[in-house]
Amino acid sequence: MKIGFLSTLTYFSYFPFWKEFLEDLGAQVITSPYTSREILDMGTKEAVSDACIPIKVAHGHVLALKNQADFIFLPRMISVEKWSTFCPKFLGLPDMIKATFKNIPPLIEVPINLKEGKGEVRKSLEKIGSLMGKGRASVFRAYIKARKSQKKFENLLQQGVLVPNALEMVTGKRMEHPLPPEPQKPMLTFAVLGYPYQVFDEYISVGVVRSLLKRGVKVISGEKFSMKELLPYAKKLPKKLFWHYSDQMLWAAYKCIEDQKIDGIIHVTSFGCGPDAMVDKFMELECKKSKKPYLSLTIDEQTGEAGVGTRLEAFIDMLILRREKNEGLLSSDGNIAHSV
Amino acid sequence: MKVSYPPMGTSHIAFKYLINNLGFEAVDPPKPNTQTLNLGSKYSPEFACMPFKLLTGSYLQVLEQGTELIITSGGIGPCRAGLYGVLHQKILKDMGYDVDFIIFEPPLWNLFDFIKKLRHVMHYNKTSWRQLIKVASVAWDKLKAIDEIEIKSYEVRPYEFHRGDTTRVYEDGLVLIDKAQTHEEIEEALRDTLRRYDNIDRDLSRRPLKVGIVGEIYVILEPFMNMEIQRILGEMGVYAHRTLYLTAWTRDNLLKGKGELDTKKAAEPYLNQMVGGHGQVTVGETVLYAKKGFDGVVHVGPFGCLPEIVAESVLTRISQDFDLPIINFTMDEQTGLAGIETRLEAFVDLMEQKRMVREGKSGAWLFGY
Repeated sequence: MKIGFLSTLTYFSYFPFWKEFLEDLGAQVITSPYTSREILDMGTKEAVSDACIPIKVAHGHVLALKNQADFIFLPRMISVEKWSTFCPKFLGLPDMIKATFKNIPPLIEVPINLKEGKGEVRKSLEKIGSLMGKGRASVFRAYIKARKSQKKFENLLQQGVLVPNALEMVTGKRMEHPLPPEPQKPMLTFAVLGYPYQVFDEYISVGVVRSLLKRGVKVISGEKFSMKELLPYAKKLPKKLFWHYSDQMLWAAYKCIEDQKIDGIIHVTSFGCGPDAMVDKFMELECKKSKKPYLSLTIDEQTGEAGVGTRLEAFIDMLILRREKNEGLLSSDGNIAHSV
Repeated sequence: MKVSYPPMGTSHIAFKYLINNLGFEAVDPPKPNTQTLNLGSKYSPEFACMPFKLLTGSYLQVLEQGTELIITSGGIGPCRAGLYGVLHQKILKDMGYDVDFIIFEPPLWNLFDFIKKLRHVMHYNKTSWRQLIKVASVAWDKLKAIDEIEIKSYEVRPYEFHRGDTTRVYEDGLVLIDKAQTHEEIEEALRDTLRRYDNIDRDLSRRPLKVGIVGEIYVILEPFMNMEIQRILGEMGVYAHRTLYLTAWTRDNLLKGKGELDTKKAAEPYLNQMVGGHGQVTVGETVLYAKKGFDGVVHVGPFGCLPEIVAESVLTRISQDFDLPIINFTMDEQTGLAGIETRLEAFVDLMEQKRMVREGKSGAWLFGY
């Protein structure tokens, strides 16, 4: 049985788990190709016009898998913690896909809702197992293996390995264009925050991480921090945000602001992302208050690599100048024209 | 102490009464207009939803009048509205305003927190519980009366002989209810208005089309946001119905807690998941309207509204399954009245032709059809 997996959205967070789980149950997992112009165009044509880029892209990925898979794997990601859910568009995604497309392979859309307790998730996993004619025991075995694989992936992330590299190490799926190696002596260190399906989808983010690495900047992503490390920062606001990824990124931002080794924060967001409208403003105000350099990159269907490259370069130059000025290498009036 | 609150349709009449009678000085937010929205857009995140921007603008306007405390509502998500208060507070503080916020969360979610905040409000003027309950019950009566005359206006308007008669009575009714200070006076204002409705000249030979209005609550309740779609439809001779009113919503969600069960059930085949805001209600109500034999459904929501986007993409399927015309209006800063009127006119024509075809008359209205 061929099960199609979209290489977008939760792919960047939970693929090691699902791959191990499904394969152990005897399914063949095929992933859709990485996002491309074609996939985005297909998605834009089918999805509602107000939807954000990642949702449009997801529609495109479904079409890319249409003729290849027997099933499309699209679990309804509701929550992975007691206090938060995923963005409403994640919650409604299986329904949106079903309402939009008529001739697609059946969806595997079991709910993943840890808010309701582990029992609910077990039921969902067993439902997947029963689709493949596997009993409880095999499902449990597969689950244990899958969890191990996920743990390995998360450990790598927490050691500072970037998501695509960690994915490659754990699942063995080769990347078309591997990321350049981390700079040995980085000029600067940036925290690149944003949802993994935006930052590490090279098409959506126009390769922000790649360009930074190429320019000799060390990149720290929000996934580096475990929930345990981040939870204390929840108290910075009177209320937790409602969305899993947004909480993670906002708290990571608080942590990075405190970290003196991080020179600046870049927030990658996509056009029409609802939660980010709030998250971005919180980050901006917080960085302003603590004087941390902050760049917000909003990416849409029309964003080109050149435009983003220019902005990144300007940000890097600005920070280098600022550091030189602080170290007294620049004239005190900070007049750049004089010194360059 | 000067206290203000977010504007939302006609509800300010009740809030003003409530706050003034608890010993504060209410700063009534100006009726939202383009200036409010422009001011708000300037200081809000670009992709925040329209209600957020409008509230930012409104808060800035009331702050100019010396407001010291803003009372607003929270929420439990995953709709963004639940975070409005927190972010507004941060934005205003960043701009240098020193204003207190009290954000009420739904009492069913956290009763302790609700009571704590209530006591905080009461503490200012040493209000007793007895007084609070008395004032709140009058305010609640006002809300109910306001909703009642609004509901009635939609029933009368499609039949009115002289365009604008109903609106005039409705607006006079609002003034009367605003002036009323006791249960009895509200009752009288309500009776008076309903009687005036009955005296409006009507053409009962008309057969109005029936249209349901669904969507996001703020856009539906605030005339500035929805460009008074429901009134425009009425003046085109269409009976526009909606189930979303502030009192109905409060009853369903805050007091009884379960509410909306029928709608949720109706939504199940299409959207079997709570997506926050009114996403699931929109879908459920559309299905119910289709089953009740309505001629069409108008769906409104603000640009970038998370739950309504999910609903919107599901609605296309409902439209096909039930052969029900559905039109969608996404409101943003650029939305203009003329565009909406044109689209509504076309929509009404479409529904009318559909009805003629259904009733066996030729639908040949347009040349070449």
